Amino acid sequence: MSDGRAAILGNIQRALGRGELQGEARASCEARLKNHARNLIPARGQLPREEQIALFIRMALAVKASVSRVAKDDDVPEAVVAFLKGQNLPADVIMAPDPALDRYGWSSQKMLAIRRGKPLDADQVGVTGAVCGIAETGTLMMASSPEHPTTLNFMPETHVVVLRASQMVGAYEEGFDMLRAKGAMPRTVNLITGPSRTGDIEQKIELGAHGPRRLHIVIVDD
Amino acid sequence: MPGLTSENFRANSVKALANPQLQRALDNIRRDFVDFRGRAVGELPEYDELKRQAIALKDHTLENLDFYLDAFANNVEASGGYVHWCQTAGEAREAIVAICKKRGAKTMAKGKSMVGEEIGLNAYLEAAGLVPIETDLGEYIIQMRGETPSHITAPAIHLTKEDVADLFAERHKRPRKTEIPALIAEAREMLRPRYHEADIGLTGANFLIAETGSSMIITNEGNGDLSQVLPHTHIVLASIDKIVPTIEDALTAARILARTSSGQEFTVYNTFSTGARRPGDLDGPEEFHVVLLDNGRSALMGTKQQAMLRCIRCAACLNHCPVYKSVGGHAYGAVYTGPMGAVLTPTMVGLDKAGPLPNASTFCGRCESVCPMGIPLPALMRDWREREFERAEAPATLRKGINAWAYLAKRPVLYALATRFAAVALKLLGGRSGRLASLPLGGGWTATRDFPAPEGATFRAQWRCARGLG
Repeated sequence: MSDGRAAILGNIQRALGRGELQGEARASCEARLKNHARNLIPARGQLPREEQIALFIRMALAVKASVSRVAKDDDVPEAVVAFLKGQNLPADVIMAPDPALDRYGWSSQKMLAIRRGKPLDADQVGVTGAVCGIAETGTLMMASSPEHPTTLNFMPETHVVVLRASQMVGAYEEGFDMLRAKGAMPRTVNLITGPSRTGDIEQKIELGAHGPRRLHIVIVDD
Repeated sequence: MPGLTSENFRANSVKALANPQLQRALDNIRRDFVDFRGRAVGELPEYDELKRQAIALKDHTLENLDFYLDAFANNVEASGGYVHWCQTAGEAREAIVAICKKRGAKTMAKGKSMVGEEIGLNAYLEAAGLVPIETDLGEYIIQMRGETPSHITAPAIHLTKEDVADLFAERHKRPRKTEIPALIAEAREMLRPRYHEADIGLTGANFLIAETGSSMIITNEGNGDLSQVLPHTHIVLASIDKIVPTIEDALTAARILARTSSGQEFTVYNTFSTGARRPGDLDGPEEFHVVLLDNGRSALMGTKQQAMLRCIRCAACLNHCPVYKSVGGHAYGAVYTGPMGAVLTPTMVGLDKAGPLPNASTFCGRCESVCPMGIPLPALMRDWREREFERAEAPATLRKGINAWAYLAKRPVLYALATRFAAVALKLLGGRSGRLASLPLGGGWTATRDFPAPEGATFRAQWRCARGLG
């Protein structure tokens, strides 16, 4: 054990008037870590799926994200192109190398240029999936992996996220249980709620501080 | 904490009150923060129960802090990261410079870190030949101005947009912009290349999660994320009181923090970072370090002040404090300001220097009533005042006044006589107007307003009368 570690832990133990935690007290702390029990989950997000989607959309709009909803996979590319056109953005995107995005038949949009990988500063629009959508606050969960570089969530000025209706959950905790089911924690997990903003000048909230200025979510029914 | 002037709080406050630019800037906090918090808390019916659970989980963690710190460190190491245990600010500064040297680093992109301010990191890095770049907009602004943060979550709250416009025009050598969105866009453009240049990304942590060895940052801008994902090394600088047991516990605290801090339902980015990039990942740091700082915190354990270690740095106590909102943060001459700073600063710089801060409160109690962690801030400030009095560090006039009052208060007959005499004397002095334009020992009050003279009987006399005893 390093000197610093022993000294700090020793100081704490002395202040608490005991030695190293032992016996039942230790077992109960170990169990707390192992069981990671949920605390209170706000009732707000605990709804049937369709109402969760409605809540998610309401909350996402409230934090200045935009949302479109399409009926089937083949409608996704058109929804993305329509959004870009509406914002006067180029039909030129950097897309996560995530095989889950392949099903959307992007080739139907002849004018849409797609590169797969991680973004450069010149890339204006990023397209990714998400681990899940969280109805409680209109939040998206992103996890880093070879298929989803974290820089895609932050570098391009516009972030388009394709979310399947079946990926909607009520609370953050449900998203983390999905990650735990896959194995060890990824390097980076981002809970993202709306586009980047700052209130650092005169406490006036403005969008697009360092991360994306626009966040558009396409929800696909499945 | 270099260059700080808590002992001059009184003089600093007088200057702050007379500074029209500062008073204009402080109007922004007076106007918004209280409403935002009230609305966000009101929209979550379970807020009180969440608050109760958050306090309980923090208390549990502190009672078992050695266990959870140890578990956290083991899990950081299991995910390929390194933990540096530092008892003092100096050890933390040295640990950070040692990592930079070992990694051949020249520049550091920094997310917002109050612990970084606490240990005076930037000056030390510069002296060691490194270039720290603050990337949070508020921190970026004050770094260029050579200032310290005046608020723990809104570091540049003492400035107006005109101040920022002047600063950017001078330092960016661009035409002066006056609208806030244009200023933000300019800072974004100037900072983007700096993330790529940086060898090291340093962030603070809102929470350290024992279960997974993760650090969590709670932000809105995205600068803390770019700072940790682009450079080849990520250093987390955090104090030992940031530990929570599980992800679930961090989420409970995060639900409260956003609402009570900025009045948001949830901040834009809640980011969990665990170890270095994984095999096959296309981005992310190659090395992950956690610099864990004690700096006097373990000495608070087992004392009345232990409750202060529950603090999650939401700044609600600053935003609701009539003293803070009148004089701003710099008057405190400390890294941590407002009520939480008044309690924390004496543990870091000593009561002899920080003595005026626990006295900078009217004890109106708003801080405690809005504190999401239920910290009894007025009681903790009173604890410092008592210690100051016992150690004879309080100013002589205050000590004499309190001693005189104590002498009378312990002698009820004498007390009644004295107050009756004072009431009559003041009434006579007040004359027909019933107001006093000057008062012995009360010059601070009468300099800007009259003192209303007592109108008749003392409170005690009236009380006896009302109870039918008179």
